[in-house]
Amino acid sequence: MPVTTIAGRQVHVDAEGFLTEYDEWDESLAPVLAKAIGIELTDRHMEVVRFLRKDYLDQKETATTRRVQAVGGIPVKEQFTLFPAKPGKKMAYIAGLPKPKGCV
Amino acid sequence: MHVLILGAGTAGTMAAAGLRHHLDDGDRITVVDVDDRHVYQPGQLLLPFGTYRESQLVRSRRAVLPRGVDLVTGEVDAVDAAASTVRLTDGTELGYDQLVIATGTSPRPDQTPGLLDGDHLARGVHEFYTLEGSIALREALARFDGGRLVVDIADTPVKCPVAPLEFTFLAESFLRQRGLRDRTDLTYVTPLDGAFTKPVAAAHLGSMLDDRKIHLEPDFLLEHVDADAGRIVSYDEREVGFDLLVVVPVNMGADFVARSGLGDELNHVRVDAHTLRSVDHGNVWAVGDAANLPTSKAGSVAHFSMPVLVTNVTDVIAGRAPSASFDGHANCFIESGDGKALLIDFNYDTEPLTGTYPLPVVGMPLLAESRLNHWGKLAFRHLYWNFLLPDRPLPISSRMSMLGKHAA
Ligand SMILES: Cc1cc2nc3c(=O)[nH]c(=O)nc-3n(C[C@H](O)[C@H](O)[C@H](O)COP(=O)(O)OP(=O)(O)OC[C@H]3O[C@@H](n4cnc5c(N)ncnc54)[C@H](O)[C@@H]3O)c2cc1C
Repeated sequence: MPVTTIAGRQVHVDAEGFLTEYDEWDESLAPVLAKAIGIELTDRHMEVVRFLRKDYLDQKETATTRRVQAVGGIPVKEQFTLFPAKPGKKMAYIAGLPKPKGCV
Repeated sequence: MHVLILGAGTAGTMAAAGLRHHLDDGDRITVVDVDDRHVYQPGQLLLPFGTYRESQLVRSRRAVLPRGVDLVTGEVDAVDAAASTVRLTDGTELGYDQLVIATGTSPRPDQTPGLLDGDHLARGVHEFYTLEGSIALREALARFDGGRLVVDIADTPVKCPVAPLEFTFLAESFLRQRGLRDRTDLTYVTPLDGAFTKPVAAAHLGSMLDDRKIHLEPDFLLEHVDADAGRIVSYDEREVGFDLLVVVPVNMGADFVARSGLGDELNHVRVDAHTLRSVDHGNVWAVGDAANLPTSKAGSVAHFSMPVLVTNVTDVIAGRAPSASFDGHANCFIESGDGKALLIDFNYDTEPLTGTYPLPVVGMPLLAESRLNHWGKLAFRHLYWNFLLPDRPLPISSRMSMLGKHAA
């Protein structure tokens, strides 16, 4: 896995730039990652990010948009407003998690 | 000892046959399903193009279940895992020592506003994930005389994830043969960012769409269907207009799975991906589409995982730890139209491979179109009724073999 520097910190990422080590992320990285994909973080964004982080610990996989709605309580429509066009991928990217598997 | 199997579809029937072979004669096996009509679902893909008659796709469940297995007709209402009992909607209670959940996953048009408005067929809104839907689509295709044909996957995961693409290829070929291709705009709409999930296959299948001048509309998560205006609308308010729409609705496991506290947000049973045992209850298992395994939902997966289920349930009955481990092996024939098909093969860790399967020399070409694969798909219906359901040995190994394959 390649190593890159984000906010002055060395982190491991995959070929698409998603962080690969859960513990290398903390909340100070979120705004930097968000900016890289053109998103200005608000408290509501951070609610989604915190849900994703917590859910990943339980489930060992990144929540899908459907799960963020069903379990996290943030409607899919709002996810598309917060993280335009590709909410599943963008949320995971900012939360330092692998991109959701979607269908296999 | 009483093993109770919920669902007598592909996986439940195979599990009944496999367990009947391995358990003692004195051990009881009971299977529950809502009716006595077993449908060969892969046939629903080809039926709209006139390949099959309905009667070739339906058999009595009782007739395909092995001897020495009881079939109870009724709808499961809830599992009380703490008490090891199952309640049916008619009030019947069934006890068990081991429970195998094989109730599959089903299209749920009710999850998408406007998709099921009662009058949807008259407005050109169709699907082929039920036998009834597939029959209605055959009529619609016979009447179709050009315009905008849109194939849309509402959300993932869906069972047989390649079926929507296959339908698109088959429709393209069907329209060309009827001289309607020039008068038809074909669009493939998907919530994924490409033609398929697995990157190697996505690239290959994407170029097959290009070759056929089929427009790809990626990253489109269906929010509602506006049948009156003839358009589908995504969550980010993009629109695609249609004259004939073929939707694969959201697929979900049975509602009783959620009511019984055994499921994830799509009502798929939470199991260990390698042992198939419930992560919550030691005497509960799930096999087939009902399980939340991170691999495709397909009959081939039910087949490849069956020896693992049978070994592990038998182990636990004998007081041992489950000894078998599933690798997520899936394979799918992909009909590409004009009497040809491809075969792709993958598991939890391996991308679809190119090469031949199961033997390097006489096997079927993987990730390459051929007539042999098409015949393989047609032969599959015979294999299904006569070898797969009754758990008779097939001439193919269930562990993914690297023989004859090479990474693309
Ligand atoms: C159009 C189409 C094409 C396909 N093509 C292929 C293919 O080419 N290759 C392939 O490998 N797979 C294919 N599949 C997928 C394959 O059919 C399924 O993966 C397979 O049938 C799964 O078996 P299952 O036993 O898990 O579920 P099912 O076979 O769906 O059986 C589930 C059973 O549970 C019963 N049930 C559900 N809820 C209850 C309840 N509450 N109480 C009692 N009973 C209940 C149902 O009546 C049903 O009989 C295709 C599917 C479709 C729809």
